[in-house]
Amino acid sequence: MKKLMLGNEAFARGLYEAGCRIVSSYPGTPSTEITEEIAKYDEVYAEWSPNEKVALEVALGASIAGARSFCGMKHVGLNVAADPLYTASYSGVNAGLVIAVADDQGMHSSQNEQDSRHHAIASKVPMLEPSDSAECKDFVKLAFEISENFDTPVIVRMSTRVAHSQSIVEALERQELELKEYTKNPQKYVMMPAYAKGRHVFVEERTKKLTEYAETSPLNRVEISENAKFGVITNGACYQYTKEALGDKASVLKLGMVNPMPVKLIQDFAEKYEKIYIIEELDGIIENHCRNIGVNNIQGKEIFGYIGELPQSVIAEKLLNEKKDYSEFSENIPMRPPVMCAGCPHRGLFYCLKKLGVTVSGDIGCYTLGAVAPLNAMDTTICMGASISALHGFNKARGSESEHKSVAVIGDSTFMHSGMTGLVNIAYNNSNSTVIILDNSITGMTGHQQNPTTGKNLKGDPAYAVNLEELCKSLGIKRVRVVDPYCLAETEKAIKEELVSDEASVIISRRPCALLKYVKHNPPFAVDSEKCIGCKACMKLGCPAISIKDKKAVIDHTQCVGCGICQEQCKFNAIK
Amino acid sequence: METKSIMIVGVGGQGSLLASRIIGNVLLSQGYDVKVSEVHGMSQRGGSVVTYVKYGEKVYSPIVEKGEADIIISFEMLESARALPYLKKGGHLITSVQRIDPMPVITGMAEYPENIVEKLTGAGADVTAVDALSLAEQAGTSKASNVVLMGVLASKMDFPEEVWQNALEKCVPPKFLELNKKAFALGLQNV
Repeated sequence: MKKLMLGNEAFARGLYEAGCRIVSSYPGTPSTEITEEIAKYDEVYAEWSPNEKVALEVALGASIAGARSFCGMKHVGLNVAADPLYTASYSGVNAGLVIAVADDQGMHSSQNEQDSRHHAIASKVPMLEPSDSAECKDFVKLAFEISENFDTPVIVRMSTRVAHSQSIVEALERQELELKEYTKNPQKYVMMPAYAKGRHVFVEERTKKLTEYAETSPLNRVEISENAKFGVITNGACYQYTKEALGDKASVLKLGMVNPMPVKLIQDFAEKYEKIYIIEELDGIIENHCRNIGVNNIQGKEIFGYIGELPQSVIAEKLLNEKKDYSEFSENIPMRPPVMCAGCPHRGLFYCLKKLGVTVSGDIGCYTLGAVAPLNAMDTTICMGASISALHGFNKARGSESEHKSVAVIGDSTFMHSGMTGLVNIAYNNSNSTVIILDNSITGMTGHQQNPTTGKNLKGDPAYAVNLEELCKSLGIKRVRVVDPYCLAETEKAIKEELVSDEASVIISRRPCALLKYVKHNPPFAVDSEKCIGCKACMKLGCPAISIKDKKAVIDHTQCVGCGICQEQCKFNAIK
Repeated sequence: METKSIMIVGVGGQGSLLASRIIGNVLLSQGYDVKVSEVHGMSQRGGSVVTYVKYGEKVYSPIVEKGEADIIISFEMLESARALPYLKKGGHLITSVQRIDPMPVITGMAEYPENIVEKLTGAGADVTAVDALSLAEQAGTSKASNVVLMGVLASKMDFPEEVWQNALEKCVPPKFLELNKKAFALGLQNV
């Protein structure tokens, strides 16, 4: 049956059809839906792991045990999983092991724009890159074959546009596979120096064989156009942009296998034209490869640069000097940045932090929006878990005065991902830092995934729930308390008390995400315009449901969920 | 045929994903190659949200760029203004007259432009302005303004109404189907 599928959904269908049995992932935009979709198939065991390193190790263990397995993550997740990846390259697999890594060209929802192809090259693991949903499904199936034929994990590189675009896919039947036999083989699976030395030799041989495979693999495809005056070498989403912008004006070599890359195929293609353009987003990896193999009639990064996406308009303008005609709106259009939702439990907490003027070491999640106006209550955000460890370093550098004026903020899921180890460090190496866990009982930003604190697993079934209070205490933090961020006075009091204390402390700011289906909302509030004097104290909360009309506050009843923090904020009793 | 481009713009949470799913279904049932591109993640939290739908014999790029949209469907007036450069010369812009203040307007750092519909028309756009929110409330819920706008869109495209009805049935959960059919009909009639 033909169906419109997101790239991620087609990827999951490919896993299903390939007989994949074990899936372990950590959510991250734009990779999340692969794992959410595969969890819908009863034949597949699928789980959310606490982080990408754990997830990849689970998938690797399953592969060694004889099951085709999969692990999915976003680009920065592969940094976390890099440790098992680089050695899984040596150990190889038993049944096929496929890893999805989703890059975010254009940084639609990420903290950096790293190019994951570097990880494939450095770990010497083959990497495939589809350019639409149908290819997602086909490439995944081929990835399992490559994995088993060459004894290697295989990475399939996604991008925001491929992952989150729907195109037509034809669903096929699942190939049921028996569990492969597991045989103890320490020379292959125990990677200590004596055995790893042998495996490194194997890895280098494997790369040679994979390069030969790349010369003739259907993954790499030449499309000759009779009218072409030049050639293009491209990959992933850029292939689609290239075809749209250039049509039959260029011949195209589309690389579906981006590591290792073919040599002769590229040399032969490049010989056909005086000029070859390399159209690849982010780093010049194809371009550098071309130069390394003596193909020098090329131009790439000097035209297209290293930043963001390269959609059809950029290609048409740079190579054909063509620009579309369009009208601009006659006046300035205010920006519409993302904001915390009406009723978001993080709002009250960040309002208190702003009021107290403390330094806030931030982390990755919806609450990173606490950094923007009008709350402006965040000083740093680097990567998952860094809030806690960086606060410890900040305080060690600036001394005890700083300890009384600074906090770390981290979500429940991020804390389980990589915040715990930082908290152990605070206890072990003794800083009086104050850590606030924003426990909204879900992984919010990526669209409501369960995690080890929520009491449910990926399939929605009941699961063990980590008790954050007990966990923090057992890690060595004696002062642990819980507050409700809908109560501003209580929250402010707790933060003040923990800041003055001479011990490390954890405040758990606990209130489920306002968008969770089970959360019951109060009726919307309204402003009594007789009582409202237009002091704008409520506006300091940055709630999207409150605005000023004719110098008085008004509450949009379609947005308000009745959280009541504006009511607590109003000294004139004007909000009811 | 040449590839056609539709763009859906609005504010995170207004239901553009359902709208794109309905359009995608209609086009697929008519035998076109179709691509639909959406953005997930951070921008959905009350930020500007953009979805692209492209169809034709063979569609390559899933995204729509400046000067390329044959039709823009907008759930909010400020977003219509923001999307104007994407409209192809002679293209059609369907906008809800709903106004949602963005944070810079709420905090007084910027002003919401006045008379947006007139200014869009003045810039040469062929504009259909609809009070989709009121019509949706008339159908039973403010949340159905996306489907009201699908009704308006249906009146601008050459597909039989039953094709749209079938797509609604496929995309909307059964318990909300009647309500959404009513919203669609109100959109279709109120052009």
